Amino acid sequence: MIVLEQKKFQEIEKMTTGYNRLLVLGCETCAAMSFAGGQRQVAELASAIRVARKTTGEQGEVLEEAIARQCEPEFVDLIKDEVSGCDAVLSLACGAGVQMLAERFQDKVVLPGCNTTFLGVTEELGVWSERCAGCGNCILDKTAGLCPIARCSKQLLNGPCGGSMNGKCEISKDVDCVWQLIIDRLTRLNRLEMLEEIFPVKDWSPAGHGGPRKMVREDLKS
Amino acid sequence: MEQQTAQPEMTVIGGVDEIVEEFQPKIEAMICTYCTYAAADLAGSQRLQYPPTVKIVKYPCTGRISVAHILKAFELGADAVLVGGCEVGTCHFIEGNLRATERVAYAKKLLEETGLGGDRLEMFYISASDSHGFVNAVNEMTDRAKKMGPNFLGQARG
Repeated sequence: MIVLEQKKFQEIEKMTTGYNRLLVLGCETCAAMSFAGGQRQVAELASAIRVARKTTGEQGEVLEEAIARQCEPEFVDLIKDEVSGCDAVLSLACGAGVQMLAERFQDKVVLPGCNTTFLGVTEELGVWSERCAGCGNCILDKTAGLCPIARCSKQLLNGPCGGSMNGKCEISKDVDCVWQLIIDRLTRLNRLEMLEEIFPVKDWSPAGHGGPRKMVREDLKS
Repeated sequence: MEQQTAQPEMTVIGGVDEIVEEFQPKIEAMICTYCTYAAADLAGSQRLQYPPTVKIVKYPCTGRISVAHILKAFELGADAVLVGGCEVGTCHFIEGNLRATERVAYAKKLLEETGLGGDRLEMFYISASDSHGFVNAVNEMTDRAKKMGPNFLGQARG
């Protein structure tokens, strides 16, 4: 999923100042699972904004709403009426959601309430870590299901560097050396010979280095 | 039998013309049914005296209390909120009180940032037999609220 982090309250407060009717809009998929922009966080943040506004004497109404996904036009269009009645929308979705709102509601101010951090997993409640860099050419079949692009600090493709010590990366003792993990896992699977295959220089063009990416499926397109 | 009528607490400031009713804060106590609620009950049975400022909301466990509940209480005009949970290690749901502690800490930070003041909120650990603990908590929050003044969000005070 896309992991998000809510922005600092002061930043949100400053950003939303002056918009009389403000709609705080949650996203019930990744943002909710990141505990940054689901319905519950919308209620908390809207309440905090209302309290802060009364402290500063700012007038206006803070509305609350959450939709299933802000990255899909079908869901975004469901809240057309609510959006038209407000001065600005504070989106608690990822960057994609915020931009989808901006596209669908051309004449409306759309503000980001979250920072989009990475594509990752929930390790445990409250702990998320990066797993995928979206490089556009998956090699997990060759690396025992562990990604050196997302999880090696140097994005090395042919084994660990000299900075790998006791299974940890040289940048921090809290970061696992993914190549150590790959070797350990391949050993367990009895497939260590897979590492004899040399990775050629990686083509980064599908990773966004060839400009903004777009995918079209003619069979699905209307 | 002598008839007694309840009188609001009055403070005389600057002579007889100026009689001002003393600010009686509204304290919301969000408390766990297994411990603090029993302590509040016991305080009543023991006829312990505490300010009539507190309104109790009973929860099945303080782990159910969300930050949104706390903020809503302030939005609706509570001058202070006290969260009363089991003592550490005695929660019926293992760690509900620890979760509440973390949420209270987060809400305090948020209250500070909104300008209302983080001191209006506090977490207390009060066991079922600790009636004095409950009375002390109510006194503590009443004192704090009096010191900090009324919550300006309470429009319909009464």
